[in-house]
Amino acid sequence: MENEKAYALLDEFIDGLQVKQGALISVLHKAQEIFGYLPQEVQDYVAEKLGVAASKVYGVVTFYSFFTMQKKGKFRVNVCMGTACFVKGAENILEEFNRQLGTETGEVSQDGLFSVDALRCIGACGLAPMITVNGKYYGRISKADVAGIIEEVKGATAND
Amino acid sequence: MISSGAELNAYKNKVLAGGSKYVSGECDVVYVGMATCGIAAGAEAVFDALNAEVQGRGVVVVPTGCIGMCYAEPLVEIKKQGKPSVFVSGADAETARKVVAEYLDGGDSSAVLPDTRGDKQTRIALRNCGVIDPTKIDDYIAVGGYEALAKVLTEMGREGVISEMKKSGLRGRGGAGFSTGLKWEFGAKSEGAKKYIICNADEGDPGAFMDRSILEGDPHSVLEAMAIAAFAVGADEGIFYIRAEYPLAVKRLETAIAQATELGLLGDNIMGTGFDFKLSISLGAGAFVCGEETALLNSLEGKRGEPRLRPPFPAQKGLWDKPTVNNNVETYANIPAIILRGADWFRSVGTEKCPGTKVFALAGKINNVGLVEVPMGTTLREIVYEIGGGLPDGKAFKAIQTGGPSGGCIPAQHLDMGVDYESLGSIGSMMGSGGMIVMDEDDCMVNIAKFYLDFTMEESCGKCTPCRIGNTRLHEILEKITDGNGTEDDLTQLKDLAQTIKSTSLCGLGNSAPNPVLSTLHFFADEYLAHVNEKKCPSHTCKNLIRYIITEKCIGCGICAKVCPVNCISGEPKKLHSIDQSRCIKCGECLPKCPSKVGAIVIE
Repeated sequence: MENEKAYALLDEFIDGLQVKQGALISVLHKAQEIFGYLPQEVQDYVAEKLGVAASKVYGVVTFYSFFTMQKKGKFRVNVCMGTACFVKGAENILEEFNRQLGTETGEVSQDGLFSVDALRCIGACGLAPMITVNGKYYGRISKADVAGIIEEVKGATAND
Repeated sequence: MISSGAELNAYKNKVLAGGSKYVSGECDVVYVGMATCGIAAGAEAVFDALNAEVQGRGVVVVPTGCIGMCYAEPLVEIKKQGKPSVFVSGADAETARKVVAEYLDGGDSSAVLPDTRGDKQTRIALRNCGVIDPTKIDDYIAVGGYEALAKVLTEMGREGVISEMKKSGLRGRGGAGFSTGLKWEFGAKSEGAKKYIICNADEGDPGAFMDRSILEGDPHSVLEAMAIAAFAVGADEGIFYIRAEYPLAVKRLETAIAQATELGLLGDNIMGTGFDFKLSISLGAGAFVCGEETALLNSLEGKRGEPRLRPPFPAQKGLWDKPTVNNNVETYANIPAIILRGADWFRSVGTEKCPGTKVFALAGKINNVGLVEVPMGTTLREIVYEIGGGLPDGKAFKAIQTGGPSGGCIPAQHLDMGVDYESLGSIGSMMGSGGMIVMDEDDCMVNIAKFYLDFTMEESCGKCTPCRIGNTRLHEILEKITDGNGTEDDLTQLKDLAQTIKSTSLCGLGNSAPNPVLSTLHFFADEYLAHVNEKKCPSHTCKNLIRYIITEKCIGCGICAKVCPVNCISGEPKKLHSIDQSRCIKCGECLPKCPSKVGAIVIE
């Protein structure tokens, strides 16, 4: 049922497009927003709907780092790896998240709760080093803050 | 609807007497910086608290874009009539509320700070950032917005605009520095009923946030400039290509486009002159190479962002094979000011070959991280020490990196160089889009080169061999060196390979990707030699080349052993401890824990 709803949402978006020519990237943005990621099944569907080859869709999905074919965690930790963050120790922070969550960069933790990614510069260099968790910003953090952030995020759901 | 220049003027007078009165300084104003950085630091709560506080005081609280003092976020600026601005920095909502109320009431002012931006800056591109509410078109019109468009449409004519732009000497602020007027002329001369204007807002350089700040702080100036460009080249459609990583900038742009369309400043028959122009937004999807203009065109067409061969140039054959003119955000932001104040005024700022200003995102190991705009020709020393306030913690300056992954690292001996396109190019770096990252004695230049190569290697689109394979090989050699397995022969190979990639790659990404390697090899050769010959990392960064050791000073307190995550520190209480090097992961946890008066742990 969930899935049917999701495809209906995607249909609504695609059918509402004024011009389909060149719309592949915006359709994929929408599809990822709906499904959370872009598995092959979704890619095939988009290809069919837009009348382009599935190989072309796959080529675009794998070209752009914003698109992912892997399911993400419930909490998406993005560690900014821009230069300002890098010279202020972002590498150590990324390592610390992976160590505490038992993940590798780009992977999901075993309980499916967290995924850890290195992000391209978000341009908030005044707050370096900086991370985001599901879009919420945490600036000027250190290795020592990592455990607290993980707890805070988990705690927020416990109260849901 | 505004359907003539006269109506625009009447509208301006109306808003100046109404809701936008504060821009003329006729009342006290409290600004809250609410660009991405400000919001991330908690500016929304501060804004709400201040807004509630000033009710009934005749004071306006304005949510504004980047004020430029990023290190001080969340930042509040208080402008009392007839007084210089003062600031409240880094305060939570409650503290900010108290301090602002006290200052407005004429009370204790010791808690507010003076303006630290100094007198070295000249704001042209950023003229409205931090001055108006970017979500209100009325505020933009109140400061003279859309008057340049009116002037262009009703007085100057297409050729007039192009000749004024050529005369101004404005050069592309995206990094290449090509004459904007010439680019427009090529576009205007191209045959075709359909033409496109594009704004490149794919600000991909890590450590650069000028374009984001302009779009978040003054989106209308970019819209207006695109309409001017469209008129000059004969286009009727414009597209913003913007990074998906900048959600707030996208939102502000959407608001601005909707407002301008509603007032008739975009759309059909603008100001009754018969000129039609519509604008849309297209999101990038995280590919650095799409900042290259032909790759950007492919991405707009829904394809992989691979660059195209040139010629034909986009001005002849661009988006969907139609003539296309593409400028960067900061370039556009300069244009309404140039049109209104004239090319001669613009040329009076900056240098002969590079008139005007440049916005830099100053970040890294610097006290005043921020967005600065200085006349071309300002020296690096003025930027780092006078505007940037020098380096924190008394550390020594080592290098300043300009131009992002395409640029180079500039050492202290060149600090007195005036900054422009040519001077930066002459020492192996480049202007790029304007990121400036300051590095101190703790930064290993070999590791920095590796960091950039790691970036370009991943971002190479793979279309041409020198960039795809060459940069991967460069990265491997750098990895070998930072791992402690490098030889002097590797340094020769690095240099040869870097030069080959530079001269044989298809697009700007490959042509410039080896710059960080070449510039660090040139200016910091001794660091490379220390890595390969002595197997030492002078800045103690490369983990395979350092050892943590406990010296005779150890008092045997055991604190270090407790914090070691891999339990590799051992020793009897009150006796000398030691680190098992075979198990040490060099995390560095132990070092700061050793009591400062003991200082027994050192890096070798």
